[in-house]
Amino acid sequence: MVTRKVKFTFSTKLIKKPVIYHLGKSFDIVTNIRRAEIHDSLGWVVLELEGTEAEIQKGLNWMKEEGVIVDPVQGDIIAG
Amino acid sequence: MTFTKFLICRECGSEFPISPINVCDYCFGPLDVEYDFEKIRQIISRERIIEGPLSIWRYKDLLPSSYEYAVDLQAGFTPLLHAKNLGKILGLDNLYLKNDSVNPSYSFKDRVVSVAATKAKEFNIDTLACASTGNLAGSVGAHASRGGMRGVVFIPSNLEKGKIIGAAIYGATLVSVNGTYDDVNRLCSEIADNYKWAFVNINMRPYYAEGSKTLGFEAAEQFGWQTPDHAVVPAASGALYTKIWKGFEEFYDLGLLNGKVNTHMHLAQPEGCSPIVSAWNEKSPQIIPVKPNTVAHSLAIGNPADGMYALKLIKESAGSAIAVPESEISEGIKLLAETEGIFTETAGGVVVSSLKNLVKEKRIKKSESVIAFITGNGLKTQEAVESVVNPIEISPTFSEFEKIYSKLT
Repeated sequence: MVTRKVKFTFSTKLIKKPVIYHLGKSFDIVTNIRRAEIHDSLGWVVLELEGTEAEIQKGLNWMKEEGVIVDPVQGDIIAG
Repeated sequence: MTFTKFLICRECGSEFPISPINVCDYCFGPLDVEYDFEKIRQIISRERIIEGPLSIWRYKDLLPSSYEYAVDLQAGFTPLLHAKNLGKILGLDNLYLKNDSVNPSYSFKDRVVSVAATKAKEFNIDTLACASTGNLAGSVGAHASRGGMRGVVFIPSNLEKGKIIGAAIYGATLVSVNGTYDDVNRLCSEIADNYKWAFVNINMRPYYAEGSKTLGFEAAEQFGWQTPDHAVVPAASGALYTKIWKGFEEFYDLGLLNGKVNTHMHLAQPEGCSPIVSAWNEKSPQIIPVKPNTVAHSLAIGNPADGMYALKLIKESAGSAIAVPESEISEGIKLLAETEGIFTETAGGVVVSSLKNLVKEKRIKKSESVIAFITGNGLKTQEAVESVVNPIEISPTFSEFEKIYSKLT
């Protein structure tokens, strides 16, 4: 089992969708929300994921397909 | 010896011992270094700074790494020039350029990497690493070499290899990752979690970022122990922008400045990667990450770690945020080179063009003082200005030369 710290950013159309619930339900991943900010039009959630590396990867790919922006909690790491 | 006390979470205020970590265990917020300012206040003075080395280490009392261990290529103490020619064209009487393109590896990154590499030595870590497509890679390579450390640089596999010669020449190991930009970000984050390496902008970030303060310290010192009316700063993650201000504020709090800090902080980004400017213009409560599409590669950070803190500072300092059209970036580079003899990379082009727009929009008045921060060297992004090379061709005879003499400018 591994843990990953990630940040999800949601756009307007996803704000009402329970994507984090589905992430835990459809994949074998434990989600642990640490910090979040939700506004009318957008929102973000910082959380820890626990599961196998393969399952976490599958889950994150599904989130991206749903339109969620997935990033490391540190923001972009590659610098110019 | 340092005057550090602990790391503190910028979001929830939790405290952690000084160690190679960068996010809060509880809320995953970013960590900052907390100093013992009472002790610093007892010893610091202008004289003590002036007597120090001509590098960032003259500010050692305000840095989180020990000078005794310094991995030092003499980064910093770069020129602050009164730009009379450029000022005349733009309509500014008091324009100054902080020319950080003349650092040891030709960008301001030497400041932050010197501090991070030194802290890594203190932590007894032997590997200095980063993920980079340019300036940071070069600086990590150079400092790893200087510090007798192993240097490892991660790059996306589709990066032109020529871009990374500046790191490879120092003997750093290049790891080319078959994947997208996002994949490289994710992988490096995981490596930093699992290996005892000093990833300069991941687990060493609290210390690394403090190196940027020295640009604020230096600018204030060289400007006569005061801060300008305006500062124009390029932004990628937003850390440089906020830390220059932090440098100004710390100097003021320690009684080192002649007056208060009334500087309007202007943040400059290229239009092809301007998430902070967009959030500011749209009064958005958060930064929406973007996919960078800009010639200013050193500013191509689509999800800026310090974006929200930069937004707060724009407001606090009554500054502004400007996005420069991609087409104007090379114009800015040429204008600076032709007027002041400074060849900057694309980030500098963004700064000069932003400055031009700020004057046009009357945000900066003719008599007000301005410091524009030029953070990298033009030799690194020559492709951005290739069109300037148009030689007049002649045969090797004196008469042929006389025929074209009138065309010479």
